[in-house]
This record gives sequence, structure tokens and C-alpha cells, in this order.
Amino acid sequence: MLKIRDLHARIGEREILKGIDLEVRPGEVHAIMGPNGSGKSTLASVLAGRAGYEVTRGTVEYLGRDLLAMEPEDRARAGLFLAFQYPVEIPGVNNAYLLKAGLNAVRKQRGEPELDAFEFLALVRDKMKLMQMDESFLSRGVNEGFSGGEKKRNEILQMAVLEPRLALLDETDSGLDIDALRVVANGVNSLRSPDRAIVLVTHYQRLLDYIAPDVVHVLSGGRILRTGDRTLALELERRGYDWIREEAGAA
Amino acid sequence: MTDTNQDLDAIVGQKYRHGFVTDIESDTVPPGLDEDVIRLISRKKGEPQFMLDWRLRSYRHWLSMQPPDWAQLSIAPMDYQAISYYSAPRSKTDGPKSLDEVDPKLLATYEKLGVPLHERARLAGVAVDAVFDSVSVATTFKGRLAKAGVIFCPFSDAVREHPELIERYLGSVVPYTDNYFATLNSAVFTDGSFVYVPKGVRCPMELSTYFRINEAKTGQFERTLIIADEGSHVSYLEGCTAPMRDENQLHAAVVELVAMANAEIKYSTVQNWYPGDEEGRGGIYNFVTKRGECRGADSRISWTQVETGSAITWKYPSCVLTGDNSVGEFYSVALANHRQQADTGTKMIHIGRNTRSTIVSKGISAGRGQNTYRGLVKILPSAEGARNHTQCDSLLMGDRCGAHTFPYMEIRNPGAVVEHEATTSKIGDDQLFYCRSRGLSEEDAVNIIVNGFCKAVFKELPMEFAVEAQNLMSVSLEGAVG
Repeated sequence: MLKIRDLHARIGEREILKGIDLEVRPGEVHAIMGPNGSGKSTLASVLAGRAGYEVTRGTVEYLGRDLLAMEPEDRARAGLFLAFQYPVEIPGVNNAYLLKAGLNAVRKQRGEPELDAFEFLALVRDKMKLMQMDESFLSRGVNEGFSGGEKKRNEILQMAVLEPRLALLDETDSGLDIDALRVVANGVNSLRSPDRAIVLVTHYQRLLDYIAPDVVHVLSGGRILRTGDRTLALELERRGYDWIREEAGAA
Repeated sequence: MTDTNQDLDAIVGQKYRHGFVTDIESDTVPPGLDEDVIRLISRKKGEPQFMLDWRLRSYRHWLSMQPPDWAQLSIAPMDYQAISYYSAPRSKTDGPKSLDEVDPKLLATYEKLGVPLHERARLAGVAVDAVFDSVSVATTFKGRLAKAGVIFCPFSDAVREHPELIERYLGSVVPYTDNYFATLNSAVFTDGSFVYVPKGVRCPMELSTYFRINEAKTGQFERTLIIADEGSHVSYLEGCTAPMRDENQLHAAVVELVAMANAEIKYSTVQNWYPGDEEGRGGIYNFVTKRGECRGADSRISWTQVETGSAITWKYPSCVLTGDNSVGEFYSVALANHRQQADTGTKMIHIGRNTRSTIVSKGISAGRGQNTYRGLVKILPSAEGARNHTQCDSLLMGDRCGAHTFPYMEIRNPGAVVEHEATTSKIGDDQLFYCRSRGLSEEDAVNIIVNGFCKAVFKELPMEFAVEAQNLMSVSLEGAVG
């Protein structure tokens, strides 16, 4: 589904990603872990198409297409979803309005009929129950005045409504209390399916107590230093990141 | 990756859609201004003596005045002798008596603008007065309004048919000495709309006027006067367009509103005069004086404006809150794109006790546009318990435009409560990216962000026009991406 080969990217003169190789298959859940400044969020941003990053080398293939050549909206319409680490506020723009516009853009791309207001509401209400969100969310401005936890929940609600093929969750667990974390994890787990892949970018292994990954990668200094299964995450929790860096340095 | 600034430029680089000229024979006075021209205008309109005298007093006063230079605007000096002060579509009679007599080309023009004059075709419940260059060409629904006792007619007709109302109220809110452009208007105004809503009457429909400048080298000096007598209610909307021309054209209007006790006037403007081209050639100079007086207790005047056109906009729709417990409101969206300049805002003058005012101003700057909010909140010693709340927000698109805010406050009653909030934000790359990563095109993303920014103002517009304003905003911002 997603094939990253030798990906290098920089912001201005600073090289952040220094050769990433990663393959994600349908149905898999990957966790990308790493210390602050290791390039985790940069990787998520480059994949979603955020401006300001220059890819200097490497390729990214998504569902057989050259992902890097696609505009952000085309990536979204092709089923790529990024849950933002810091969801932005868009004052005055109705939450439901943005979500309906996005959903219909995606549906159009998939060759499905657009949903009218009633069909959309029925769908979104259903998903909101899952996320334990109050209906008043719909009529509020996009992320306007939301608490940190509400913003993250809103991201997962959007994901549940848009039903992406590949979901990238950028530090979705940061700033969440334990109850909110459980709700968010529930939402993510409910979306696990054989034809959908999920990539969790996270600093802590805490989230992985609730969402069990199939593969864990350790990203540090712009490279993936180690790949393993769940137990790698637990080891990181116990030992920190330094030992991996030391081993990689020795090798 | 795309360069967001370039994309924004393309999006805001949309062409003007009302820039056609109607080829119609017209009766245009040669350029120039002197007392003879004023006498000629007055004679063509068959005005009573008091009107001519007022015009001449205004003209003589104007000669002693200088154009204002305090606005954040750069205005090329204007040659007032190069303007023609009267232009009317030529017809066999002095003026059309009914729609059947109106030149079909003129009707087609308004069709094109989306203002069908035929009553059957018109949105139910909206009466329209259409002003083409200097004269009013048709007023619809006159009969139904008359049944309710509402007078809605071209200003010229009102001068002839209701001289007592004109003499009593004209200049009572904006005196002929008020300012350079208002004084010029008082001398040479040609047409506009007149509304009188009698005591206790709720006007049965929205009233609206469409202004259109067609003839080259003419100015448009319309005059609108709305009087809401005790306990009455009226909602009025004006829309404006003009052809694309290389030279600048002057539009210096005066609007006066009078609200008696318990009366309410809601005045909405959707201004889409030709803004000039990308390099700032041509476009309308929109120098307008609008003021309403809440003369009676518990009255309310509400201004809502959506200003997307004009090369230069200079206007400050204001409220004089004389009556106790009266309320003044100003809701504004102003867009300055390419090389457009806007210096707009309001004045809220609190005189009566417990008077309240609300100001919500949304300025959008794009291209090399310069957008200025200028507002005065003045609380006199008599205004016990006065309150004001001002909210001024600026949205910048790209990095070559400017937003400026000049809030003035003169508080002479210690018990007054005056609040001012201001924000300036750039239409964020982050906001655009967020919307796009949910599947919206960049163009749609810009539109929803801008419309969200304007929401607090758009919701004040009458329903049909809120949709129109949203579309207009989208049109003014749309274009090829990339």
C-alpha cells in the first residue's frame, strides 16, 4: 500500500529525513517511535503533502501512484488521512460543514454519490457516539475553542467519517488524559480492517497499550534504526532511546 | 509543493463580472460644474424653488472647501470640471411612467445584473428601485407598498410629490456643510431612493435599490433618504455595479436615515462597483456619506455592508444615538484586493441615556490591497449608562497587502462602558493545508476560510442577500489555482 524508499527531506538547509525505508501493507498497524526531533512529524507531514519541506531524494509509492507528485487534496481523496498533532482552528467555519465538504470530495473521487445534509447527519451522529462527542460539536467552528483533548477526538471523528485507506496519526496521544486516550484508542481500533492500514507516530508507548501495533519502528536522527514487534516498544519504555542510538553508532 | 502565496494571488485574481457597457442613447450634460449646471439639473427634474436654493447654497459652500486628506488613502487629484454631472437614458417622455416605457436595453442590463425589474419575475417580497446613471428608471411594487402607506419612490419624484417631507428631513442628519463630498452631493445630486414608513407600519417587504453607472466620464451622486416614523420597521438593501473603464469614476452618495421613537431601520449594502484592473487602472471612487439618527427613544438603526468593489472606498456609515435607549449597529466586511484601497468604518455618537452600540468590522486584504478600519465611539456627558462593543478583525492574504486599524474614542461620561477587541491574522498556510488534507481544493479552502471569517457579518444580512454576499465573496476570490 505504502512503499517508502530512501526518502530524504529537508526544511531550508537542514536535512531532517536522511534515508527512510518503510513498507506498510493493508491491514497492518505500524508504530513509529522516536525521541523528540527525530523526524517523526516531518515524515507524517511529507507524506500528507505539507508545504515547506523539500524532498531531495527517494520515492514514495502509495497504491501504485507516485505520492509525492500529488497535491494534498488529491492524496486525501485517494484515501490518505493525517490526524494532526496540532489541529488548527478555523473560526466561523462550521465543523460539520468542513467535514461534509471533505467527505463529499472523497466520495466523488470514489465514484459514490454525494451525501445530502440528512444522510450526512445520520452518518456523523453514529460516529460521534463512538467518539463520545456531544452533538454541539457539529455546529461549533472547526476546532474553535476546543480543548486539547476535544481537538484530538475531533481528528479521529473526521477519520471515522472519511474512512481512509491509510491513516497517519501524528502524536494523537499527546496531551490526552487517560479517559480521553481510551476513547481515542477505541475509535482507532474500531477502524482496524483488513484493507486499511494505520501508522501511529508517537513518542510514548502508552498509546500502544490500547492500540496493539503489528510492527514497531524506531526513528532517530532521520533514519529508522530498528524495526521489531510490540516487544520493541516495551523495551523502549524500559530502557529509553539511548541504547538504540549507541548500538546504531557502534554498527 | 506549491507556493501558497502565488496560489492565493491566482485565487484572488478573479475578473470583474459586471463590466459590460449598455449601448444606449443618453442625454448627458457636457462636463463641467458651475451654477448654471446646477440650475439645469434642477430644471430637468422640475424641482421646487427650495430645492434649487439648497443646491446653490451647498455649491457656494463647497467652493470654500478642500478635499479631506486624513484618510489612509492615496488619491490622485481629481478634476471636478472634467466630470459630467447629469446623464440620463434618453426617452421620448421626461421619464418612464411604467415598466412598459422603459427602454428594453435597460431592462436587459438589469436582467444581466440579476435584477429583473418585472414584478412577476422578482423575488416575492422585495421591491426594487433601479438607478441608471443619474435617474431612477423603475420602481416595482409601488402599488402594494402604497396600500400599506409606505412611500418608496425615486428621490426626484419625492421632491415633486412630497416636498414637505423632503424640506423637513433633507439635510437634517447630514447637513449640506458636512464634508467635501457630501456638500458636492448636496449641490449636484441627481437621483436615489426615498422611503417613508408611517407610524406603526411594518414595511411588508424588503426594499432595495440597484445603482448602476453606465456612461463614461460621469459621476454618480445619488441621494437616499429613509424616514421610519414612530413604531415602524423597514429593511432596505442597495446593490451597486459599473462597467469596466480605464478612467476613474466618482460616486459620491449621501444616505440619511431617520428613526423616530420605537422605529427600526435595517440598511444593508452589497457594493460591487468596478474595482479597477490588477494594476490599479480605472475603477470607481466610492466616497460616500451615510448617517442615521436614532431620533426617538428605543429606536434602532443597523448598518450592514459588504464592500467588495471600488478602486477606493471612503465611507463611514454612522449612527447618532439621540433618543434614550436607542441602539446603533455597524456590521462590515470590506475586501481590498489588487490595488484597491478601503478606508471604512463607522461613528457611533452616544447622546441619549442608556444608548448602546455594536461595531463588528471584518477587513480582508489581498494582492496589494490596503484596508483600513477607522471608527469613532463618542460618548457625550448626557449619555448616562452608554455602552459600546467594538470588534475589529483583519485577515491578510499574501505578504504585499496591508491592514490598518484606527479606533478613536472620546468618552466624556465616566459611567460609560466601552470595549474594543482587535485581531489581525494571516490566512494561514496551516488552515489551508488542514482543509486540503480533508479533500477540499485550495480554492474551496480559501472560500470557506474567508466566509467563516465574515460569518458574524453575513448573518446580519437579509436571507436572500446573505447568499448573494457569500457568492460575491467567492467570486471575488475565485480563479485558477497554481
